[in-house]
Amino acid sequence: MSVMTIKYTKDHEWVRVDGDAATVGITDYAQGQLGDVVFVELPDAGRELNQGGEAAVVESVKAASEVYSPVSGAVTESNAALLDTPALVNESAQNEGWFFKLTLSNPAELDSLMDEAAYKAYVASLG
Amino acid sequence: MGAEIEAGEVLTTPLDGLHRELGARMAPFAGYAMPINYPAGILKEHLHCRDKAGLFDVSHMGQVRLSGANVDRALETLIPGDIVELPAGRQRYSMFTNAEGGILDDLMVARGEDHLFMVVNAACKAADIAHMKAKLEPLGVTVEALVDRALLALQGAEAAAVLARFIPSSAALPFMGMGSGNFAGVPVTLTRSGYTGEDGFEISCPADAADFIARKLLAESEVAPIGLGARDSLRLEAGLCLYGHDIDATTTPIEAGLAWSISKRRRAEGGFPGAEVVQRQLAEGVARRRVGVRPEGRQPAREGTEIVAEDGRVIGRVTSGGFGPSLGGPMAMGYVETAFAQAGTKVTLPVRGKPLAAEVVKLPFVAQRYYRG
Repeated sequence: MSVMTIKYTKDHEWVRVDGDAATVGITDYAQGQLGDVVFVELPDAGRELNQGGEAAVVESVKAASEVYSPVSGAVTESNAALLDTPALVNESAQNEGWFFKLTLSNPAELDSLMDEAAYKAYVASLG
Repeated sequence: MGAEIEAGEVLTTPLDGLHRELGARMAPFAGYAMPINYPAGILKEHLHCRDKAGLFDVSHMGQVRLSGANVDRALETLIPGDIVELPAGRQRYSMFTNAEGGILDDLMVARGEDHLFMVVNAACKAADIAHMKAKLEPLGVTVEALVDRALLALQGAEAAAVLARFIPSSAALPFMGMGSGNFAGVPVTLTRSGYTGEDGFEISCPADAADFIARKLLAESEVAPIGLGARDSLRLEAGLCLYGHDIDATTTPIEAGLAWSISKRRRAEGGFPGAEVVQRQLAEGVARRRVGVRPEGRQPAREGTEIVAEDGRVIGRVTSGGFGPSLGGPMAMGYVETAFAQAGTKVTLPVRGKPLAAEVVKLPFVAQRYYRG
């Protein structure tokens, strides 16, 4: 068994880490703020992402929002299911609605992110 | 994720408490705290309105009463709409124009027994009222902002059936008709019009009765509250212009495809600001036109996106763009050079560096279902 770690950003992305493999999405709070997601633009496999850099775009009925990569690394896969069913982001933001997977290039970056308790407190502080 | 809108000093409508009680997400719009959506969300609210009935708070809009001996003829000096020949109890869509024929605001105006009743956009209402006071009062017109009134819109396939339970005579009101009624003891003014493409009514009532009326309507099983988010997607599907986006002081009614709102007599006589520009455009055509644009696939193109011809040249720009819940896909409106305004013209829309394939289409995107008696 491996130990899974989930970390969060102030921009409301989550990253689930298993060894050097990471899965990234947006939080349930974020999908609630966005409203109905109608389109998601995802990074292609092979693309190198930097921590905090633009990685994906999520479009609701109203507006487009950038999604930033919580960590640096090379994209291994993006969630093809979101292309046909973008509503998965609303229905299951932190599971089936994941955006992309990457291989961590600098695991130390995880230390700069919030754990679940810290993220919950952060969201509560937003009112 | 994007930044939150910061709330500043904002006005509230008489339904502010109700919106918050219903769990609305509120945001400032034209100086008012307005419900963007309720917990159901924009998509469900939109579909519910088309299918059943939706209740909108549009109390932020300006309601104006104009009266005086020659109020119709006087108003025609500011708008190209035909008001002299507007019968009592009927409503018309028109716009204030500037000396260049540009649109200062669009509006609805109806004739009562002894006055005109006008509804203008919230963001423009102060300027509109100042404009009318300056130009119409010298002509003997009294311009009265109805600041103590609220405005509700009940829209959708079941709107007429619902309203008839409270005001039976409302069922007989024609499309773009105006009448008065009594809503459970409250005197109201009704027009059979709206901004969704559906049958429906706008209900002008005393501000202190708005909460009572809204709660009565929401208690009907068909009625759900609808926010400004779905109001925008509904009107865009219906091909209706949003002032400040699809029309403004730099677009004329002819470029905007609103020539239908100018009668034969007004075209011939002119007599409104910018009439010579509008008459010349009617005779000689325009260089650009408002069109519908439908992107292929699911990705929306937003306001400001360039519209590019097959040869790579920029031929226009998107003025409203989003996702149509009833259409089931993205949709946009914008202006293109007239040579490219024909339905079926292939264009591309560069979104974040990638060209989205799209086609110029006829408006509306979703067929209007106004009451035709």
